[in-house]
Amino acid sequence: MIPMEHYLIVSTLMFFIGIYGFITRKNMIAMLISLELVINAVDINFIVFNRYLFPGQLEGMFFTLFSIAITAAETTVALAIIINVYRKIGNVNVGNINKMKN
Amino acid sequence: MNILSLFVLVPLLMMLFLFASKNMQQIRTVMVTGASALLVLAATLTIMFIQQRAISTDEMLFVDSIVWYAPLNIAYAVGVDGISVVMIVLSSIIVFTGVFSSWNMNMAKEYFLWYCLLSIGVFGFFISIDLFTMFLFYEVALIPMYLLIGLWGTGRKEYSAMKLTLMLMGGSAFLMIGIIGIYYFSGHATMNLLEIANNLHIPIEAQRWLFPATFLGFGVLGALFPFHTWSPDGHASAPTAVSMLHAGVLMKLGGYGCFRVAMYLMPEAAHELGWIFLILTGISVVYGALGAVVQTDLKYINAYSSVSHCGLVLFAILMMNQTAMTGAIMQMLSHGLMTALFFALIGLIYGRTHTRDIREMGGLMKIMPFAAMCYVIAGLASLGLPGLSGFVAEMTIFVGAFQHADLFHRILTIAACCSIVITAVYILRTVGKILYGPVQDQHHIGLPDAKWYEKVSTVGLIVAIAAIGMYPFGVSEIISNSLLPIIEKLTI
Amino acid sequence: MEYSLLILITPFVLFLLLGLTGHKMKPNVAGIIGTTGMALAAILSYTIAFQYFFGVGKVDGVFQQIIPINFEWLRFTDNLHIDLGILLDPISVMMLVVITTVSLMVHLYSLAYMHGEKGFQRYYAFLSLFSFSMLGLVVATNIFQMYIFWELVGVSSYSLIGFYYTKPSAVAASKKAFIVTRFADLGFLVGILLLSFYTKTFDFATLTADNASLVVNSTAGASFLGLSVAAWATALIFMGGAGKSAMFPLHIWLPDAMEGPTPVSALIHAATMVVAGVYLVARLFPVYFFSAPEVLTMIAYIGVFTALFAAVIAITQTDIKRVLAFSTISQIALMMAALGVSGFGGHDGLGYMASMFHLFTHAFFKALLFLGAGSVIHAVHSNDMRDMGRLHKYMPISSITFFIACLAIAGIPPFSGFFSKDEILVAAFHHDKVIFYAILVSAGLTAFYMFRLYFNIFWGKEKTYTEHHKPHESPWLMTFPLVFLAILSCTTGLFDFSEFISPDKMPFATHIDWTIAGMAIAVAVIGITVATILYAKGSDKPAQMAKSLGRFYTATLNKFYLDEVWMFITQSVIFKMICEPIRWFDRNVIDGSMNGLAWVTQKSSSAIKGLQSGQVQFYAWVFVAGSIVIAILVLFCKV
Repeated sequence: MIPMEHYLIVSTLMFFIGIYGFITRKNMIAMLISLELVINAVDINFIVFNRYLFPGQLEGMFFTLFSIAITAAETTVALAIIINVYRKIGNVNVGNINKMKN
Repeated sequence: MNILSLFVLVPLLMMLFLFASKNMQQIRTVMVTGASALLVLAATLTIMFIQQRAISTDEMLFVDSIVWYAPLNIAYAVGVDGISVVMIVLSSIIVFTGVFSSWNMNMAKEYFLWYCLLSIGVFGFFISIDLFTMFLFYEVALIPMYLLIGLWGTGRKEYSAMKLTLMLMGGSAFLMIGIIGIYYFSGHATMNLLEIANNLHIPIEAQRWLFPATFLGFGVLGALFPFHTWSPDGHASAPTAVSMLHAGVLMKLGGYGCFRVAMYLMPEAAHELGWIFLILTGISVVYGALGAVVQTDLKYINAYSSVSHCGLVLFAILMMNQTAMTGAIMQMLSHGLMTALFFALIGLIYGRTHTRDIREMGGLMKIMPFAAMCYVIAGLASLGLPGLSGFVAEMTIFVGAFQHADLFHRILTIAACCSIVITAVYILRTVGKILYGPVQDQHHIGLPDAKWYEKVSTVGLIVAIAAIGMYPFGVSEIISNSLLPIIEKLTI
Repeated sequence: MEYSLLILITPFVLFLLLGLTGHKMKPNVAGIIGTTGMALAAILSYTIAFQYFFGVGKVDGVFQQIIPINFEWLRFTDNLHIDLGILLDPISVMMLVVITTVSLMVHLYSLAYMHGEKGFQRYYAFLSLFSFSMLGLVVATNIFQMYIFWELVGVSSYSLIGFYYTKPSAVAASKKAFIVTRFADLGFLVGILLLSFYTKTFDFATLTADNASLVVNSTAGASFLGLSVAAWATALIFMGGAGKSAMFPLHIWLPDAMEGPTPVSALIHAATMVVAGVYLVARLFPVYFFSAPEVLTMIAYIGVFTALFAAVIAITQTDIKRVLAFSTISQIALMMAALGVSGFGGHDGLGYMASMFHLFTHAFFKALLFLGAGSVIHAVHSNDMRDMGRLHKYMPISSITFFIACLAIAGIPPFSGFFSKDEILVAAFHHDKVIFYAILVSAGLTAFYMFRLYFNIFWGKEKTYTEHHKPHESPWLMTFPLVFLAILSCTTGLFDFSEFISPDKMPFATHIDWTIAGMAIAVAVIGITVATILYAKGSDKPAQMAKSLGRFYTATLNKFYLDEVWMFITQSVIFKMICEPIRWFDRNVIDGSMNGLAWVTQKSSSAIKGLQSGQVQFYAWVFVAGSIVIAILVLFCKV
C-alpha cells in the first residue's frame, strides 16, 4: 500500500501550485483553473484522510462528492460571468475589470 | 389618548397628508392647518397644565408609559412639568412661524416632510421622560437637519451640513455612552428619568465620568465653547426656517438636556465638576459676543450672538439655584423667540438683496420700513431692552447667579454681565450699518417690503417677545415652581 | 393719589397709539394728539404736586414717602423682586413737574419746528416713549425699576438722536451715546447686584430708611481690594449715573448727541435725562452719606473737575449746540458736586437741596437756551455761530428770551440760576474751600462763554444772508414756549426750596449769604464784561488771543482729544487687539482643530483605502501570507 505521505505530497503540491497560479495569473480562466487545482487538492486530502485514518466511515467521501458537485456549479457560473465579461470588455484580464469600482 | 402624544401624532398626520397633497396650495393648507393645530394644542396644554398643577403635587403631569422593549426596560414614557410646557409652547410658536417663513420653497413637499420629521423629534424630545426615547427623538431631530441644509441651503451647504451633523453626532456619541452608563450604574432596572432620579442612585465614581459625558454631549448642541463652530457655518448655510428652528428650538434641546439629564440625575458630580463647565460657559458668553463684533455676515453675527446667549443658558444652569435656573429657562425661551425673529428677518432681507454682507447694505429703513423696524425690535430684544423678553431673562440670570454664596461664582457673573455691553456694540453696529445711513447699493431701491406671510411670522414672534417682556410674572412662576424638586436634589 | 398712575399711562398709550397707527394719521393730527396727551400729564402732575406739597405730603413737619401703587412684576427670590410702582416724595414730585412742563413745551415747539419733516409721527411716538420712561424713572419705588426705565430712556434717546437716520453722523452719534451709557450701565447693574446681595432688597424705602442702617449693617466688615463693599457698590452705581449725566470721562457722548433734532436736545440732553444721574445719587443719598462717605467725596471732586473741564471746552466751540452741550455738562457736574459736598440733617443738607434746586432751575433755563438755539437754527439753517450775527434785529423775541436765559445761567440776580448756584457755593464753602473756588471759577467761565455765544449770535458783525433765506422770527408755536420758559427762568429762583426739599425730608431755613453771593455776582459780571468787550462789536481780538494761546487753544477746540482717546481704545484696542484675534482664533484654531480632525480622518481613511483595492489576487496573496505567518507562529512559537 502506498504510504499516506505520498498522497499528501501530491495534494500539497497541487494546492500550492493552485495558489501560485491564482495569485500570479492575470487571465481569469487560468485563475479559475488554479482555483480548481486548490479545490481538488483539498478533495484529495479529504479522501486520503478518510481512507487512512477512519477506514470504517464514509464522511470524507461524501464530502468530496458534494464538493465536486458544487465546484461544477461554481465553475459554470464563473465561466458564464467570464464569457459575459469578455463580451463587454473584449478580454478576460482580471486587472481590467474595474467598472464597478470606479 | 394622552394629550402629549398628540404632539407627535399631529406632525405624523401632517406628513401623511403631505404625501397625498398634489400642489403648492394643498401643501400650504396642510402645513398651516397642522402648525395652527400644534399652536392650539400647546395653548390647551398650558391651560390644562395650570389647572392640574393647582390640584396635583406630582413632579410630572400627564404621565404615561408604554413599554416597547421589555428586555432593556425601554418604554415610551411621557410627562411634562412647567419647563417642558414652556419649551413645547416655544417650539410650537417657532414651527408655526417657520411655516410662514418658508412660504415659497422649491421642492416644497419634500422640504416640509423633513420639516415635520424635525418637529416630531423636537416635540418628542420635550415630552419624553425615558432616557432612550429621549435619545431616539433627539436623533430624529438631528438627521433631517443634514438634508434640510444640504439640499435647500445656500453657500457652502454640503460642507456646513456635513460639519453640523458630524459634530452633533460626535456629541451624541458621548451622550449614548452617558445614557448607557446611567442605565447600567443605576442598577439597570429602568430608563425612566423620574425613577432614576427619585428611587435609584448612581455611585459618585460613575458620576464623575458620566456627568462630563452627558453634559458635553448635550453641550455641543447648546454651542458650548469650544464645540460651537458648527453653529456659524450651519446657520449661514441653512434656509431661513431651518435656521429659525435650529437656533430657536434645537439649540434649546442642548440646554434642556443638560439640565434634565446631566444635572438632574447626577447632582453630586454637578457640584464637584460644575466649575469646569462654568468656566467654559463663561468663556462662551464673552467670547461669542466678542466674536460677533467683527463679523460681516448677518448670519454669522447672529450665530455668534447665539453662542453667547446659549452660553448664558448653560452658565445659569450651572449656578444651581432656583433664580438662576429660572432665568436659564426664560433665556432659552427668549433667545429662541428672538433668534427666530432675527433669522426670519435675515432670510427676508437676503431674499431681496441677495447679500448678507453688512458692508454691502445700507439705508434699508428707507426701502423696507416694516422689516427694518422689526429688525430694530429684534436687536433691542437681543441687547436686553426692558419690556422685551431678553431683559427679563438676563436679569433673572444675573441676579440669581450673583446670589451664589461663592466668590468665584460671583466674579464669573460680573464677567458674564460684560456681555451686555458687547451685545449692544454688535447689535447697534449692524443696525446702524444696514438699516440706517444712506442707501448703499442703488439696486436695492424699490425692493418690496415684507409680504403678508412674512408679516405673520415676524409679528407673531414680536408679540410673543413683547408679551413675555411685559408680563414675565406668569412664565417665571410656572418655571420656578417646577424647579423646586430639582433644586431640592441639587442642594445636598 | 392712585390717579398718579395716569401720568405714566398717558404717554405710554400715546406711544403705542402713535407708534402703531401713526403712519396712517396726518402728521398734524399725530402731533396734536401727542401734545394734548402731554398737556393732560402735565396738568395731572401739577395737581399731584399741589396736593403733595400743600396737602397730604407733610405729616408733623416731615415729608412722607407715599406709595400709591406698587405691584410685583417679576420675582427672583422671596426677598428680591422687581416691583413696578409709584413713589411720591419731594424730589420725585418735583421731577414730575419739571419733566412734564419741559416735555409739554417741547411738544408744542416741535409742532412748528419739525413741521414737514419726514417721520413726524414717529418723532412724536418717541417723544411720548421718552416722557413715559423718564416719568417712570423718577417715580421708581425700587432700584431695579429705576434701572428698567433707565434703559428705556437710553433707548428713546438713541432713537431720537438718530432721528435723521439717513445722516451717517447722526447714526454714529446715536450709537456712541447708547454704547457709552450702556457701558456705564454695566457699572450700575453690577452695583445693584452687589448692593442687593448684601441687603437682600431693591426697595428704595428700605435701603434709605433709618439713615441707611440696613446697608451699613449688612455690608459691615466686608471689603474687596481694600475698599469696603458698600463703597464699591455705591461707586459702581454712581458710574451708571456718571454715564447718563455725562461726567468726565464718560461725557463724550453728549456733545455728539446734538445731532438729534434741537427740541430733543432741549428735552433729553439738557433738562431731563441727563440729570437722571444726579437724581439717582440724590435718591440713594442716605446710602452714600452713611455707608460710603469716601465715594461722596469722590463724586464732589469728579463733579468739580468736570464742571471746569467742560466750561473750558465750551469757550472755544463754534457749533452753538455744542457750546450748550458743554455748558450742560458743566452745570450737571455742579449739581453732582453739590451732592458731594452735602451733609445730612438740618442746615447741613444744604448741598443736597442746592443740587435739586439747581436741577430745577437749570431744566428751565437750559431748555430755553436750546429752544432759542433751535429757533435760530430754524432761521439760519446752520449750527455754526460763524454764520450768525446781528440776529437781534430779525428775531427780537428769541433774542430777549435767550438773553434772559443767559443771565439766569450766569447767575445774575434776580434770575433763577443766581439763587440755586448761590446755595451750591454756600454748601461748598462750608465743606471744602478748594471745591468752592473751583466752582467760582467755573461760574465765571460760564458767564463768559454764555455771553460769547449770545453776542456772537445776536450781535457782533452782520453776516450776509441770502435773499430767500432772510432770517425771520419763528412762528408763535415756537415763541410761546420760549416766552413761557423765560418767565419760569425769571421766577423759579424765588421758590423757597429748602421748605420742600432736604435730605432728611424736614424743612429748614436758608438765607442768602451776601458775601458769597457778592463774590459770585462779581465773578459773573467780570465774565460778562470780558465777553462784551471781546464779542459785542465783533472785533478780531478773540482770534489774536486764540493765536497767542497756541497749543492750549487747539487742545480745547478738539475737546482735549478725549474723543480720539476713546476712539483709540475702542477701535485699536478692543476691535483690533481683542475682537479680530478672537475671530482669527475661532476660524483658525478652534474651527481649524475641528476641520483638522475631519482632515485626519479623511487622510487616514484614504491611506487605508489602498488596501481595499478590489484586486482578488492581492487579497489572496495577503491571505496566504497571513496563513503562512500564523502557521509558522503556531508551529514554532508554541504559544
